[in-house]
Amino acid sequence: MPHYTNLLYSFHFYLFGLIAIASALIFVTRKSPVAAALWLVNVMFCLAALFVLLDAPFVGIIQILVYAGAIMVVFLFVIMLLNLGPGTISDMRGKGVSLIAALLGLALVAQLAAARHSEPIAAVALSADSLAIIQKAQGAVPPVAEPLFNKYLLAFEVTSVLLLVAIVGAVVIGRRRGEFLGGHTNAR
Amino acid sequence: MLAESLAISAALFAIGVVGVLVRRNAIIVFMCVELMLNAVNLTFVAFSREYGFSGQVFVIFVMTVAAAEAAVGLAIVIANFRHRQTVDLQNINLLRG
Repeated sequence: MPHYTNLLYSFHFYLFGLIAIASALIFVTRKSPVAAALWLVNVMFCLAALFVLLDAPFVGIIQILVYAGAIMVVFLFVIMLLNLGPGTISDMRGKGVSLIAALLGLALVAQLAAARHSEPIAAVALSADSLAIIQKAQGAVPPVAEPLFNKYLLAFEVTSVLLLVAIVGAVVIGRRRGEFLGGHTNAR
Repeated sequence: MLAESLAISAALFAIGVVGVLVRRNAIIVFMCVELMLNAVNLTFVAFSREYGFSGQVFVIFVMTVAAAEAAVGLAIVIANFRHRQTVDLQNINLLRG
């Protein structure tokens, strides 16, 4: 019997899933950007737990390190930099737009829910629990690293160019006018 | 657990879409995009259980792109804030016809 069909596993899976969805709902309804960011961090932690439950412990750890640890800190840093404390006025759009957005969201959920019953393609599907067996034999990281540095090596290298472009872009866009050109700062 | 994962992912993605449509704070809109990327990551991981480790490799790529997108996007938000003292998307309407 595969380990993931037992009751404790299902309980944790549904628990983290429900917390993730509830936190996401609270996240989009918070007025204060800081509160919203922290609820989003909560969503990301729950998703990391789901990744671990879905036999992807390495991705779960990377999720916490990169998403909750790095990307959300950048967001919080920008919120601090722009001094966007708890806002007094809501930034929600009007009732009409909100209603249309809610309807679109429900339509999207319905569409995705209809698609979720698709069965795995039998020809390429692995046998149940094979990921857990491979990880038990090789550890959590090598099975992920092996395709990353063989099959997807070109994509991996292109990613480094993407990051370089992002660094240069962020520095150039974020500087003040003429800051790195004339030698001194024209602070406004 | 594939169907449940896809259901959770669908719900999170739809919440992200609604957030993008409803909110006007540029930073919160960015965070909603991050939520949508996370929902897609959950789908990748759920399917990687059926089809092998390539899905998890793709999650790592998605995270890299998300990091790059957040860095450049937030730089744009800061540059725009310098000009207009606001992050409200309703006031950013230079391209509106």
